[in-house]
Amino acid sequence: MSADPELWLLVAICGLATFAWRGAGVFLSGGINPNSALFTWLGCVAYATLAALISRIMFLPVGTLAASGLGERITAAAIAAAVFAITGKNLFLGVISGGVSLVAIVWLLGRS
Amino acid sequence: MRDADGPDENTGGFALSGAAWRTGVREALGVPAAVLASGYIGFGALASDAGFSLPLAIFSTMTIWALPGQIALIELRALGTAAPALVLAVMLTSARFLPMTVTLLPILRHPAYRRWHYYLAGHFIAMTGWAVAMRRCPQMPVGERMPYFIGFAAALWLACLAGTAIGYYLSDSLTELVTLGLVFLNPVYFILILGGEVRHRLGVLSLLCGAIAGPLMQLVTPQWGLLVAGLLGGTVAFLITRVWRSDVGRS
Repeated sequence: MSADPELWLLVAICGLATFAWRGAGVFLSGGINPNSALFTWLGCVAYATLAALISRIMFLPVGTLAASGLGERITAAAIAAAVFAITGKNLFLGVISGGVSLVAIVWLLGRS
Repeated sequence: MRDADGPDENTGGFALSGAAWRTGVREALGVPAAVLASGYIGFGALASDAGFSLPLAIFSTMTIWALPGQIALIELRALGTAAPALVLAVMLTSARFLPMTVTLLPILRHPAYRRWHYYLAGHFIAMTGWAVAMRRCPQMPVGERMPYFIGFAAALWLACLAGTAIGYYLSDSLTELVTLGLVFLNPVYFILILGGEVRHRLGVLSLLCGAIAGPLMQLVTPQWGLLVAGLLGGTVAFLITRVWRSDVGRS
């Protein structure tokens, strides 16, 4: 699978597709109002897509994450949010504590 | 053609701004790089877990350079999504790059640069570098802004290439339990960023609609779930705010 040229092509196309927004932004800059309704809508769709992805990963995970339970993931995320809030929005500490918490919870419950 | 003037003017501009370039690198290689790299460590672990090769994982960070899109790529691939739906969904996650680039570019503009310089700079536009440049660059002399931004963004980019490799190796060489923790860094990273930073009503509403639609649409249509959830959630949030606003305007 690792040497699969089809997968490399897919990643390259995703790279080009992502650059299309950036390139279009360079092309259009100066002659267009960045606060237009179209751009506002695009921003909404981007936020919603990201939230949909993260929510789906939390509630319906695939792969390794599926080895943890929903309650365990939510508890670990809540601990991360608490650390984030307590440390004055230290994102690095918050993220790390989320990962460590999930490992600790799953390990303590003896399922791995 | 006054081609001879071009390079002179360029080197003059870049020589003057060597300090700005280094300032950008220095400011990136602290908290911003540590935070973003922690996200990319999670991505590296996810890529390894999904059976991607290390060069391919690094290639995706180099070319896509947008963590949400990269995670979507791997997740949708794992779900067996067909290529067109996958590419469109990956693209939607980074739709904000268009308005972001449109707002940042006029700030970076300087007569010394050629067109392709802007397209190159455009590739480095992503959330962290954009937010910092929007705050810092307007306070700088015009000639120093582009070097500062490139220094900052390229340093972040390199740190995240390293983060991708580190996460990949950790996941590959340590136990399944550690991989679980590493893969979990991605959702946590975005839950904290989105929950902590997005304050405006429209953003919060879009996040809520998307978060509800995501798992539901996944159950309805596994192939197109993410795409439909994003379009639907975003459009509903957009329309609700429109209606709300026009109501306020009328009363």
